Amino acid sequence: MDLIWDGIREAARLWWSGDGEIIEITLRTLAISAAATALALAIGIPLGAVLALRRFLGRGLIVAAVNTGMGMPPVVVGLLVALILWRTGPLGDLNLIYTPTAMVVAQFLLSLPLVVGFSLASIQSVNPRLIGQMWAMGANRWQVLWLLIRETRLGLLAAVMAGFGAAISEVGASMQVGGNLAGETRVLTTATVLETGRGNFEVAIALSLVLVVLAFIVNLVLTAVQQRRFVT
Amino acid sequence: MTDRVEAHIEIRDLVVQRGGVSVLEIESLDIPRGLVTVMIGPNGSGKSTLLGALQLVLHPARGTLTLDGEAMDADPVKTRRRMSAAFQEPLLLSMSVQANVELPLRLRGVDRRRRRELAEHWLERFGIAALARRHARQLSGGEAQRVSLARAFASQPEVLLLDEPFSGVDAPTREGLIGDFAEIVSEARPTTVLVTHDRDEALRLGDHAALLIGGGLRQSGPPSEVFDRPVDRAVAEFVGTENIWEGRRSESGVYQAGGVRLASTAKAVALGAPALLCVRPERIVLTREDDGSANQIRATVRAVRPRGPVIRSELASARLRLIADTPLTGWDELSLSVGDEVITRISPADVHVIEDTD
Repeated sequence: MDLIWDGIREAARLWWSGDGEIIEITLRTLAISAAATALALAIGIPLGAVLALRRFLGRGLIVAAVNTGMGMPPVVVGLLVALILWRTGPLGDLNLIYTPTAMVVAQFLLSLPLVVGFSLASIQSVNPRLIGQMWAMGANRWQVLWLLIRETRLGLLAAVMAGFGAAISEVGASMQVGGNLAGETRVLTTATVLETGRGNFEVAIALSLVLVVLAFIVNLVLTAVQQRRFVT
Repeated sequence: MTDRVEAHIEIRDLVVQRGGVSVLEIESLDIPRGLVTVMIGPNGSGKSTLLGALQLVLHPARGTLTLDGEAMDADPVKTRRRMSAAFQEPLLLSMSVQANVELPLRLRGVDRRRRRELAEHWLERFGIAALARRHARQLSGGEAQRVSLARAFASQPEVLLLDEPFSGVDAPTREGLIGDFAEIVSEARPTTVLVTHDRDEALRLGDHAALLIGGGLRQSGPPSEVFDRPVDRAVAEFVGTENIWEGRRSESGVYQAGGVRLASTAKAVALGAPALLCVRPERIVLTREDDGSANQIRATVRAVRPRGPVIRSELASARLRLIADTPLTGWDELSLSVGDEVITRISPADVHVIEDTD
């Protein structure tokens, strides 16, 4: 029990003292996960919309793949990205392995199915006649997408939360493609694993608490936006 | 009527298919500019399909649709921005009433000040200015439909496409809404296509009517003509001509049907030729006194049913079955019961004759 209290005290001390490394790791964690989520949203929402609104050959296969991807183990994604970005791999010349970019790619691949799946479900729940009315009002393709996003914002914010949650909380893939290099690719999850391995439980607990608080704050903001119901 | 008024929309050789089966086939139909064309017909007749084709959401297997002589599908977004639509469901978006009405203008890139001006004007015209800041989810059915119509007018469309916009609201609200709509449409005069199955609505709002049955255009013309002068049995049945009697022309202007002699001023069929004699139920007058005029038939009351502002009675004379709608006041004066004898009077001008080709 003392161990846990010591951890909490250590977390408070690290924060209050403005520990440079912790702040750097926290900011890097946020930057990488935010970039991965933003990419997943930019591609995932239109993809979810297409899957929700269009019928084409192979659609069922893609939806099944998306559903499978929603529960994809991060280490599998990490392995896949590592194999592709490895120095002798197909994209090895880009020298991306063990860089934050590689971590963004891995987290993006983990977030994408969640964003697509949630977007597909919420856009599919829109009354098709309402979509007809959007076209009838003279909306072009992008305006219809904008109106659909607006109309399904509650569901889509759930997609943002799920996507961001998957990105920020995963550790396996980040280890595999980032390498947990101090000052370069170390993020809160990988640092926590490292410190736990070293037996530095206070620091591990401190890092975990930062991670949880960070995730909570982001979700608090998103929830506040989601629940602001009568926006004009 | 279409001969005298310029066509705004021209429909030619239109075929719309669903699952490889034709659900709509129209050889030629003109939608006159600045008038209200009511599209009537039973369920599944293709009215809404036609509206869907005009909105460019259904893609015809064949045929052309032109607006001012230009193919409507050449640039669908541009064409849709010259039109507006309102449906049975109000289909408002999750935003305020004002934002809903401004939305079509926003999609067209109209600046904020002009958007607000137009939205306020149309909300005012539809009597819902007080609801401007209310969220769409907080409206009653009638209010929501007013917002939907205000939104349709806000973009000042050349063409207004309406699919039974009044049928989802309760009767008293509906009456007021139709009254306001009639006034607004007669001022703004967009080319309007109104799908309806309601005869009163068609007669009250329509300048022109097109009747579809089984995916084909059966009759078009002024609404009163379509309702009073159906071209065949199917049209007659749909427009509520309850009395359709099979008969033959016996002499000039005189027909025999079910053992009864009937005079008609309608265009005659050949002597001895089979004919369908059509009389609308509200055109049959019930009376106690024989005034010596033509078409007075003595009949027995078989059944009586109240139908809103009228009483519908079923009567029998020889082998003829008659259905009459009598206004409540007139009915009370007659004080008729089942089994009573009464004289039915039909003006020869109200006996419409169709050549019976079956």
